Amino acid sequence: MTTPATGVGAPIRRKEDHRFITGKGNYTDDINRPGQTYAVFVRSPHAHAKIRKIDAAAARAMPGVVGILTGADLAADKVGGLICGWMIHNKDGSPMSAGAHPALADGKVRYVGDHVAVVIAESLAEARDAAEKVAVDYEVLPAVVDLASATAKGVGTIHDVAPNNVVFDWHLGDKAATEAAFKKARHITRITLANNRLVPNAMEPRAALGDYDAGEDSFTLYTTSQNPHVARLILSAFIGIAPEHKLRVIAPDVGGGFGSKIYVYAEETVCVWAAKRVGRPVKWVADRTEEFLAVAHGRDHLTHAEMAVDEEGKILAIRVKTRANLGAYLSTFASAVPTYLYAPLLSGQYDIPAIYAEVETVYTNTAPVDAYRGAGRPEATFVVERLVEVAAREMGQDPAKFRLKNFVKKWPHQTPVIMMYDAGDYAGSMRQAQKLADVAGFGKRKRDSARNGKLRGLGYSAYIEACGIAPSSAVGSLGAGVGLWESAEVRVNPTGNVEVLTGSHSHGQGHETTFAQLVAGRLGIPIEQVSIVHGDTDKVQFGMGTYGSRSGAVGMSAIVKALDKVEAKARKVAALCMEAAEGDIDFKDGKFTVKGTDKSMAFGEVALQAYIAHKFTGQQLEPGLKEGAFFDPTNFTFPAGVHICEVEIDPETGVTKIEKWTAVDDFGTVINPMIVEGQVHGGIAQGVGQALHEGTVYDKNGQLLTASFMDYGMPRADDLPSYSLGFNGTAAPSNPLGIKGCGEAGAIAAPPAVINAITDALGHEEIAMPATPQAVWLAVQKMAKSIAAE
Amino acid sequence: MATVSMTVNGKAVSGNVEPRTLLVQFLRENLRLTGTHVGCDTSQCGACVVHVDGKAVKSCTLLALSCDGSDVVTIEGLAHDGKLHPMQEAFREHHGLQCGYCTPGMIMSAIDIVNRKGNALDEHTIREELEGNICRCTGYHNIVKAVEAGAAAMGGKAMPMAAE
Repeated sequence: MTTPATGVGAPIRRKEDHRFITGKGNYTDDINRPGQTYAVFVRSPHAHAKIRKIDAAAARAMPGVVGILTGADLAADKVGGLICGWMIHNKDGSPMSAGAHPALADGKVRYVGDHVAVVIAESLAEARDAAEKVAVDYEVLPAVVDLASATAKGVGTIHDVAPNNVVFDWHLGDKAATEAAFKKARHITRITLANNRLVPNAMEPRAALGDYDAGEDSFTLYTTSQNPHVARLILSAFIGIAPEHKLRVIAPDVGGGFGSKIYVYAEETVCVWAAKRVGRPVKWVADRTEEFLAVAHGRDHLTHAEMAVDEEGKILAIRVKTRANLGAYLSTFASAVPTYLYAPLLSGQYDIPAIYAEVETVYTNTAPVDAYRGAGRPEATFVVERLVEVAAREMGQDPAKFRLKNFVKKWPHQTPVIMMYDAGDYAGSMRQAQKLADVAGFGKRKRDSARNGKLRGLGYSAYIEACGIAPSSAVGSLGAGVGLWESAEVRVNPTGNVEVLTGSHSHGQGHETTFAQLVAGRLGIPIEQVSIVHGDTDKVQFGMGTYGSRSGAVGMSAIVKALDKVEAKARKVAALCMEAAEGDIDFKDGKFTVKGTDKSMAFGEVALQAYIAHKFTGQQLEPGLKEGAFFDPTNFTFPAGVHICEVEIDPETGVTKIEKWTAVDDFGTVINPMIVEGQVHGGIAQGVGQALHEGTVYDKNGQLLTASFMDYGMPRADDLPSYSLGFNGTAAPSNPLGIKGCGEAGAIAAPPAVINAITDALGHEEIAMPATPQAVWLAVQKMAKSIAAE
Repeated sequence: MATVSMTVNGKAVSGNVEPRTLLVQFLRENLRLTGTHVGCDTSQCGACVVHVDGKAVKSCTLLALSCDGSDVVTIEGLAHDGKLHPMQEAFREHHGLQCGYCTPGMIMSAIDIVNRKGNALDEHTIREELEGNICRCTGYHNIVKAVEAGAAAMGGKAMPMAAE
């Protein structure tokens, strides 16, 4: 296969890189406004406490202090609380129990790091010094920290609206059909597992800079956001900072998000509000420990799952009971993650007649939990791929053959849990991955390892995800408070260069390149003549932002729609200029030609004619060349693939070394393979991090023990292997480009691949994530004991 | 307040700072050289790496005053007359960056690795030497390739093109 040098499919080097490699990026903390002040938050040192009194007198007297604000000031200004934008109903139809979420505490704190007050001063150092002088009198309450016992009698109530700490008790699927299938089962596999809590840790800590223009009575918020328009909508319509037309939200260069920068947080709310209060711009930048304490965490499920299999090894049903930790407050999309982003993926890549899932979500005195790379889908994949693996092993079947037997083989395929898989080739990806991973040679490699006193294991993960989030009417019916289309505007300038305004937001994904690549290819102009504008609500009319691998499938599709309109208009201009019928105009490689003649106009000439408008009258055609579009997909997209992880374990130390990583993914159409491969690498690294390194630990009092890079296992260069990747694309029918999305795949696929490989090496089915050397070493000891006992 | 003077990217600079001012704060806030980033507060992530007197240091862990009289090079000082440093070029060519936040520190560390270990770097050495620089986006795969290629290019070898 040849790789094109330009346009769709070309590994074009990134346009945005020049500024990043020369230190000219423009991140929120790089922005400063005249008269700027600095905010430091007074945070709760207790996981659960009543605030008896806040005494700020001594702090106010400290040098440089401009203002100290508390929840009482927010209430006085009628600033609303933070919201959760997805309504989930209980099994009995009643709505979830959403506790109030004030940006600054209203008499009570609910996790260590909760926001009590903000100190604003002339310098950061002065703000820090003064914050230490704010005296808060707490009445400490018992903390609810352990997920398993969070609803037990007498543990204490976190929100009055949820006396037993249950946010909702939800289910999906056909319970009766599932029970019936289990009754017919020849074999039932049962597993209990935890999906460990993770801290997203984008390298750029969150930051916000609020500015208020008294002359215009308008606000500007610079913030580290993946979706500035959604932030503005929430800050306007729900929190009540200012009407949308009086609030500009700018998300400039953003240093990674992984979900954690989707949400509207207390700090940015306070900075923009306080800017008017103190009459000066207010800047806040999180230090890393504040990020650990107060950013929305990810995952944190406890699950018991069962799989029913018939005598031929066909899966009959899956039954899942999950308890999910949502932390102390409901973050912006928290309720959607363990429900509609989770249970509809429990069919995996398999043809399973019956599925029933029950999910109970609870409050605990820990940081809020929301979507983190993959969001619900890694949790579902971990359940399914562990079930499948364990079932195959228990039944003495080859795990790959067991998967191949049960894969969906015809599309469209309606699962029993909402999703209609529309295109794929699961068996093809498995075979391609097995070849690339040299599975045939694994036996020899295992023997070689054994000779060296090492244990070698091989683990599969056949994941699927629902991306390109998503048809608005579908998500609306499931409880979403917003639609999930995307918008685009293509502005052709008179000199033929093009600005594309998109509601997608790039925070590492390379949109400035891939989007420009698409536009340049379509219009037949050099990529240098295309710029992508995003991240500013004053420039882009509206957009839903970037998450859920939606920017290609939904965001780029909106650009295609707008380009269709631009081309249609340009054809009219060309026809009038060349005095030909519109139907006789061809457009190819940036040239408009009149069929059967040698008349032609370059795209740039047509653009100029569209604006000078000398060759047609206003009655014939409106001047100008600028078109907008909104695109709402007809379905989710379903990226899927097979990852194979091969590990070697040193039983003496418990250290797991990943020897080989193979991934074959179906992302549909790939616009820029270099960028897509980069997304896969990064996703796998985060998944490997979850499987081997990253564990978030609270002590019994709710103190976060892993609150720095000294304590939390961020994967480093020497923890990870290089990866061997392949693509097996089948076009997605739900968008014009056939894109499925690639951003989350690695993080979804990787954890079960690692754990399946480790348990294969150990011959042991219990190992919790993160499988640290200590955990693996303990499992090795247990294995040795059980062998000795036999 | 105390006066501190140093050479930054070849230019003599000085400023009045509080004694507790860190080098990274002096660079970012006083000199507005915002290419050097802060990603943690425990000297772990390496987003703040600059060169002080020819050695890579974490500028979040050094007082500005302790660099009085030093020669400091930041990411902004690598390209000359519009020509990128070979390591910068290698990061672009090999897609060694995504969000860009860790990148300045990565590039400064990578150049230091080459200065210490030479131009022929193998994957194992690069991965071990990058222990003090955290990236959350790339999974390091392409960073390793970029450093290898950049190292070779710094030795005058033609830049190998990324495998496609």
